[in-house]
Amino acid sequence: MIAMPEPDRGVLNRRAEIVEALRRLVPGEGVIDQQSELRAFECDGLTAYRQPPMVVVLPETTAQVVEVMRYCAANKIKVVPRGAGTSLSGGALPLADGVLLGMGKFNRILEIDAPNRCVVAQPGVTNLGITHAVQGLGLYYAPDPSSQIACTIGGNVAENSGGVHCLKYGLTTNNVIGIEMVTIKGEIVRLGGKHFDSSGYDLLGVMVGSEGMLGVVTEVTVRILPKPPGARALLIGFSTVEGAGDCVAAVIGGGIIPGGMEMMDRLAVEAAEAFVHAGYPLDCEALLIVELDGCEAEVDHLIAEVEAIAERHGATSCRASQSEEERLLFWAGRKAAFPAVGRLSPDYYCMDGTIPRKQISRVLQQLKQMEERFGLRVANVFHAGDGNLHPLVLYDANKPGELDRAEAFGADILRLCVEVGGVLTGEHGVGVEKRDLMDTMFNEDDLNQQQRLKCAFDSDGLLNPGKVFPQLCRCAELGRMHVHAGKLAFPDLPRF
Amino acid sequence: MSLLQPSDAQQIAEMISWVAAEDDSLEIVAGGTKRALGRPMKTDHVLDVSGLKGIVEYEAAELVLTARPGEPLASINAELAKKRQMLAFEPPDWRALLGGQGEQTLGGVVACNLAGSRRVRAGSARDYVLGFSAVNGFGDIWKAGGKVVKNVTGYDMCKLQAGAYGTLSALTELSLKVMPKPETACTIVLHGLADEIAITVLANALNSPFEVSGAAHLPASAARRSKIGAVAAGLGAATALRLEGPRPSVAYRIDALEALVGRGARLGDAETEAFWSEVGCVQPLLEQGPRIVWRLCPTPSQATEVAHSILSALSSAEFFFDWGGGLIWLSLDPEEAGPDAGAGIVRPAVKSAGGHATLVVAPGAVRAATPVFEPLSAGLAQLSARVKSGFDPRGVLNPGRMQEGQ
Repeated sequence: MIAMPEPDRGVLNRRAEIVEALRRLVPGEGVIDQQSELRAFECDGLTAYRQPPMVVVLPETTAQVVEVMRYCAANKIKVVPRGAGTSLSGGALPLADGVLLGMGKFNRILEIDAPNRCVVAQPGVTNLGITHAVQGLGLYYAPDPSSQIACTIGGNVAENSGGVHCLKYGLTTNNVIGIEMVTIKGEIVRLGGKHFDSSGYDLLGVMVGSEGMLGVVTEVTVRILPKPPGARALLIGFSTVEGAGDCVAAVIGGGIIPGGMEMMDRLAVEAAEAFVHAGYPLDCEALLIVELDGCEAEVDHLIAEVEAIAERHGATSCRASQSEEERLLFWAGRKAAFPAVGRLSPDYYCMDGTIPRKQISRVLQQLKQMEERFGLRVANVFHAGDGNLHPLVLYDANKPGELDRAEAFGADILRLCVEVGGVLTGEHGVGVEKRDLMDTMFNEDDLNQQQRLKCAFDSDGLLNPGKVFPQLCRCAELGRMHVHAGKLAFPDLPRF
Repeated sequence: MSLLQPSDAQQIAEMISWVAAEDDSLEIVAGGTKRALGRPMKTDHVLDVSGLKGIVEYEAAELVLTARPGEPLASINAELAKKRQMLAFEPPDWRALLGGQGEQTLGGVVACNLAGSRRVRAGSARDYVLGFSAVNGFGDIWKAGGKVVKNVTGYDMCKLQAGAYGTLSALTELSLKVMPKPETACTIVLHGLADEIAITVLANALNSPFEVSGAAHLPASAARRSKIGAVAAGLGAATALRLEGPRPSVAYRIDALEALVGRGARLGDAETEAFWSEVGCVQPLLEQGPRIVWRLCPTPSQATEVAHSILSALSSAEFFFDWGGGLIWLSLDPEEAGPDAGAGIVRPAVKSAGGHATLVVAPGAVRAATPVFEPLSAGLAQLSARVKSGFDPRGVLNPGRMQEGQ
């Protein structure tokens, strides 16, 4: 298990006084301090890690957020922001000596601006809530993380969430155009807006994906897009993983960017089929779901092209959806893959590395060998279009040592992703989960530079400490410049 | 004053360490085509990174290209074209606009976060930078991001580096997401629309499901400067909408779009390419002798109000719209604009519409005295200064290029 920073005794001793002060700032039921109620906030989607917070604060206005942040900064109290708590990497894991700042009451859509193709929403609005608000206009919000029914747009901003459609339509960062945020010092900062780009540094781009460590988002402006008029999906079976991988490369190399392109291995296909009866072929080692969206002329044209590519790459079966119901059924299996795998095993641990697509078969082969070494099975579901793997390590938490083994297996999978030229996380975030693996991807200079950025926003390290970075910030030390005058002069330099 | 000409990242690190130790500063250049963009600087040295050339890695099926910052954009475009791919953000060529000579490089395009007309659909340079390595003002070589198209490991430093005008770090290598080149493209040109009607038409087209990838409006005087017959021939305003994609799809969508916005002249592949390249390089406002040029990014639906309020105060104003109204290129007679280049009129007009303005073309003395980029609010300015200091505490790298003192 990954250790969190030692709680500050001084803060814990002042708990009653802190709760009292927070109650003055957020009256009514906005402050929760009863142990039994704090339990509801003790973890996010990474349930292996649990820690009740010192106190939960649920503000309703930006002014309250400002007051809470000012108070916490002045009193050196840590703050962990939280949306719906669906993070799979422990980004919203509370701290024993910290305030958990729940943004769930910020749940209103503030403005729908169709002429400018944007929606202004409070951060606690769900991802799907935005699409629901604009679908009557033929518009939608593109990023669609699988938790979209529950996860909030504020959490999406913190995690730079993706989804099955992000190869074509981008991640959260490509679809958020403005935010209002509150710094730990209680300053309100507006970044971006309804216009394109901004003056100065792209701090909006930095805020997206910053995992709640730079500021608390209190308003979000997102780009909305016209809904594609139609979509069809193909189910393509392959007798080898290589065949499926080559087909994916050929589709993209052939100039086609599908709306979604997903791969499942045999174990995942079997589990999903048994669970939802989507009509998946059971005689394949790998299954691709390729969705083409757009106008009918384009969809039909591209379906035929992808079918031809699949055939050239030795597909054992290929079916195109003939109706909207059938398309949704194809997806139902994929979308239920996680719970379906959950029926095979009491627990599973979902990983999230990204690799260059050409490494897919090498990585899957090595996973087979690792399954034997760790004595645990893995089902593979992934966003093949962008090389984002979601290996599900099956384990039983009630068996002594299995959780530790699953975590060690997961860590080795991520090390392998980095080794083949990939990265630790494609869309779930670093959080607590991958914190201690950051040095497999980044050296000290890389991490120091990231931390200096953190220092510019939060010099006392009070916002969500213990996440993402293996070491806590040392702002004073990092800012110091070690230079020795004259020592590095270049006698050979050309001068003019 | 030294001209530093490194050939690799290690040398850049040594040079920056030396410059920092001397308490000197340096200007980073590669092709030098955009040296006239931003606030003029007085630096002690010039760091010319044009020696860091070459495409390091490019695999079409991965949609990733890795190159060094000094690699000319033209050779990157040529390499991508061989695999029928492209930089989707359509980096424009501002050489004629800025009077720049030489070769535009990848590093410069990213440092200035450029984007062409496809911005409305595909985003700008910042949306395509996957990872990079660079040297900060401490003289440390550092890297961020990766070489895969989906990555959320650590802060997204790529966004920060894009559009930082070399004030945070000197780039040494860049990985970009690339996209397939559309099989075909065509443009509908509608003639004679009044500005406010044209902006509404552009918005309707962008809100339609027909995947419009370019949405520009040229008032009569700007349209007349186009070299494309079908644009200039109308003798009035020209409103242009671009569609791209597979042939059967474009054939269907162009009819559907015309049913929505009305029939116009159609440009084929070659004319479409030529026209949007004119729009990207601001051709419709060139060839007027010495002019002040502003680049305005208002809330798109407010575009006409912004342009017309400026025109009512400055009668020499000429302008055209791109990005469905989200981008206004504005040119002014220098005498009428006065010593502040018209900032006293232009900035309030854009600000009231929610947006920002950049003074792109003006004599150096004017750009030194008038903020080039939209001034930041006090809180944001302080935060930005702390960010700068976290990368370059001694102000070694392009000091003052974006904001005074930064």
